[in-house]
Amino acid sequence: MRRAFLTPILFLAGLGTVFGLYLWQIGSGEKNISDLPSALIDKPAPEFNLPPILEGGAGFSSAMLKGRVSLVNIWASWCPPCRVEHPLLMRLAREGVTIYGINYKDKPEEALGFLKDLGNPFRAIGADRTGRTAIDWGVYGYPETFVVDKAGRIRYRHVGPLRGEDLTEKILPLLKRLRQ
Amino acid sequence: MIAEAGQFALILAFVIALVQGTIPLAGAAKNNSRLMALAGTSAAVQFLCVLASFGCLMHAFIVSDFSVSNVAQNSHTLKPMLYKISGVWGNHEGSMLLWVTILALFGMAVAAFGNNLPDSLRARVLAIQGLIGAAFIAFILFTSNPFLRLDPAPLQGNGLNPILQDPGLAFHPPFLYLGYVGFSMAFSFAVAALIEGRVDPAWARWVRPWTLAAWCALTAGIALGSWWAYYELGWGGWWFWDPVENASFIPWLVGTALLHSAIVVEKRDALKSWTILLAILAFSMSLLGTFLVRSGVLTSVHAFATDPERGVFILALFLAVTGGALTLYAIRAPSLKGGGLFAPISREGALVLNNLLLTTGAAVVLLGTLYPLILDAVGGGKVSVGAPFFNATFVPLMVPALLACTVGAMLSWKRADLAGVLGRLKAAALAALFVVLLIVWRKGTGDVLAALALGVAAWLIVGSAVEIAERIALFRGPLTQSLSRAAGLPRAAWGMAVAHGALGILVIGITASSAWRVEMIQLMKPGETVSAGGYTLTFSGAVPIKGPNYEGIQGQFTVTRDGNEVTVLRPEKRRYPAEGDSTTEAGILTTIGGDLYAVLGDPSENEAWSTRIYFNPLVAWIWAGALFMALGGMISLTDRRLRVGAPKRASKHAVASAE
Amino acid sequence: MTRAAILLSVLLFLPCPLAAVEPGEILKDPVLEERARTISKELRCLVCQNQSIDDSDADLARDLRVLVRERLTAGDSDDQVISYIVSRYGDFVLLRPPVNKSTAILWGGPALILLAGALGLVLYFRRRRGIETAKPLSREEEARLAEIRKGDAP
Repeated sequence: MRRAFLTPILFLAGLGTVFGLYLWQIGSGEKNISDLPSALIDKPAPEFNLPPILEGGAGFSSAMLKGRVSLVNIWASWCPPCRVEHPLLMRLAREGVTIYGINYKDKPEEALGFLKDLGNPFRAIGADRTGRTAIDWGVYGYPETFVVDKAGRIRYRHVGPLRGEDLTEKILPLLKRLRQ
Repeated sequence: MIAEAGQFALILAFVIALVQGTIPLAGAAKNNSRLMALAGTSAAVQFLCVLASFGCLMHAFIVSDFSVSNVAQNSHTLKPMLYKISGVWGNHEGSMLLWVTILALFGMAVAAFGNNLPDSLRARVLAIQGLIGAAFIAFILFTSNPFLRLDPAPLQGNGLNPILQDPGLAFHPPFLYLGYVGFSMAFSFAVAALIEGRVDPAWARWVRPWTLAAWCALTAGIALGSWWAYYELGWGGWWFWDPVENASFIPWLVGTALLHSAIVVEKRDALKSWTILLAILAFSMSLLGTFLVRSGVLTSVHAFATDPERGVFILALFLAVTGGALTLYAIRAPSLKGGGLFAPISREGALVLNNLLLTTGAAVVLLGTLYPLILDAVGGGKVSVGAPFFNATFVPLMVPALLACTVGAMLSWKRADLAGVLGRLKAAALAALFVVLLIVWRKGTGDVLAALALGVAAWLIVGSAVEIAERIALFRGPLTQSLSRAAGLPRAAWGMAVAHGALGILVIGITASSAWRVEMIQLMKPGETVSAGGYTLTFSGAVPIKGPNYEGIQGQFTVTRDGNEVTVLRPEKRRYPAEGDSTTEAGILTTIGGDLYAVLGDPSENEAWSTRIYFNPLVAWIWAGALFMALGGMISLTDRRLRVGAPKRASKHAVASAE
Repeated sequence: MTRAAILLSVLLFLPCPLAAVEPGEILKDPVLEERARTISKELRCLVCQNQSIDDSDADLARDLRVLVRERLTAGDSDDQVISYIVSRYGDFVLLRPPVNKSTAILWGGPALILLAGALGLVLYFRRRRGIETAKPLSREEEARLAEIRKGDAP
């Protein structure tokens, strides 16, 4: 009977441990309270066939994802964090990484203006005027970047602008592994 | 200068709180009355220092002293004075200072009005309160100092989030904090009793006024917050099971259970260790809530801007305070002698049932709130627990509690005649049945759940009336005799009847506004009309408007009923340039029968605007019910029996006038 | 010009909290519209805090509302619409947590807690009843008690 009185403090100890663990995970960057895991990890990328930003270009379709390891970046000219991460994409492109772009709900002139100002790292760009393709990819925050393997499967998603640490700690090692 | 004085006062308060927290404890152990008396003096001085510090911060906000970093981050010269003042607690640092001010206030109040307490208990209670105060002042000084300076001082501040620029900010946090910081007093009493090794009816009587005052304030605070969300956020929602809302609701549930179980300790000297545990848990849940809201482990519209360093400090505080108390509980509580025996069917039994359901309810809300966090921490992925979970699990628990409420109030102590009581409640049962049938007849069988809910409300309201009628022998003797009995009834009896009846009003408000809400969404051109709830609204277009620190658009709806103009509703969309944010203000007509609620949407072609008109039947009954519950509690507080040397409700008024 | 500018700037910066379904979204068929509203109330707006897509004014919420209505018009059942969204956004988009291994404790918890509490009560009453029904003293024991009492009397 005496042991029943220990229940509250034991319960508190458990709770405290979980909280402490979680705080530590958040502080170290291992866990993030607002980032959501993608529902499409290890699944084939959704089927799509997007037109180019301007008439006469090539566009971007899901078939192009097969056969090579690539990044797919969802961006828009009206999205300030996209501007912030763009130099990193340029750097990746220069280093030989294949990057595809999905231009989300943008005006053609403004999207092209963005690329003219900041450079074009994309091997191909599709214009998602309605936003439906982004929904198919499970996009909810802009920008987002996906890593797609040779078989056209999504292997990783990053929400928000890319930073140096994200590249060195997660994306570049993953790309290297997938290329083997 | 003044900011430095504020910081100095806070440091002084910290030192005094440490003294208050240690020396009287030694004095109580050695039975040294001089050392014990130090508790009262230091509690009073600590309060004055903390209050002075709070005053200094408020001064900085009032004069817009942007050299103080906290003011620069959260204020602006164009803000109306009301929001300059209430903006003091519209941010993390300032609200923590309000927190410790109220903590010290309760300490001072017990020091000033707790002369009927035995010296050793008083010394220990104030000492525990002092220790908690010291810990939180340290938290402020080391991680959340509101008096930090900026050099060079900016010419203008960042302003206050426009949603917070509302009278609701002036009242909701102070009442809320009076409530769940006020539970610290019950906590201190419980720990002091464990140290003394004695819990008796006298203890229950001494702790009751403080717990009741805090509970009333918390009830009012939660109700104000809910009402504020309703009229401010623009779609008529008033409870979202948001983690921060839950963080205030869980202490309320535990506090309500505590109030009820303390009655058993007082009257029958039983349920002692359980009541002590509840007193510890009520404040612990407040601390847990503080942790959740300020540590960054949860996402919520209410959460303050935070960083993990603060989170670790608060977690340490929470574990130290709660852990210390629960360890003491594990050691000392088993030796608390059990008291009066009672049969399961008795008033004590009903109060035990109340406790079972309320604490289970609190545990369920806690489970739903913490589950996503716990699952993510242990690597189980992310899961979202929203309103549907809580509605499915919490509401069914409350239904038997509401039903038992009326019955329990009439059961006798030790061993009761349930059949007899149910027989005496025939009127209430008939009223409930009548209401159910009436609703089903008028609204159809699709609304059976609403009908049942309203039946429960009728059971509560009529039941409370029946209980009073019985006690004053209404209709059983001459009316004058009943009246004199009514005058002689202890206030606590009236308080209980009012509070339980108010629950019924609350249930009516929730049921009617959820079940029979009318929503009209359409495009309207000037001159077009829409009808809802018996009212006709004629749209007359939208015009630009300008306020002290905002500009925007105002739509105008002329409201008529039976051809007579009732009012003009003016929903707005505002933009606050200083903060770079926008808000929507709904146009609301509040009547006893329901609220007419108009929202201006986006413009469309041809001068048409998207508009939303709602009619929320009886929605104001929700907050009226909650406020009447608080009123019932306050009536109980004025009970003569509690005033045998017991403290008055001065605490609440003191803070209200400090603003 | 200023009027339009004010208008534009107000509209561009509206935060999430705002009643949401636009007149243009409402389906002609009231039965389908009702189903759309019910489904929308169960789906979380991922861009806002703790709101359903029915309540939120965010862009994504609007797109999802339109999507829900499209799927319903195309003939999907309620469950099919929901799993269409969940297959893209994961379980987190559901305001009502799914019932599976990970959420067993969540959904089973309330009943377990209530049972544990009730069990505790039953044990409490049983223990108390043990005290109450102590056997009355026998003749000899009463005499002995009287003896002892006599000795104690001051």
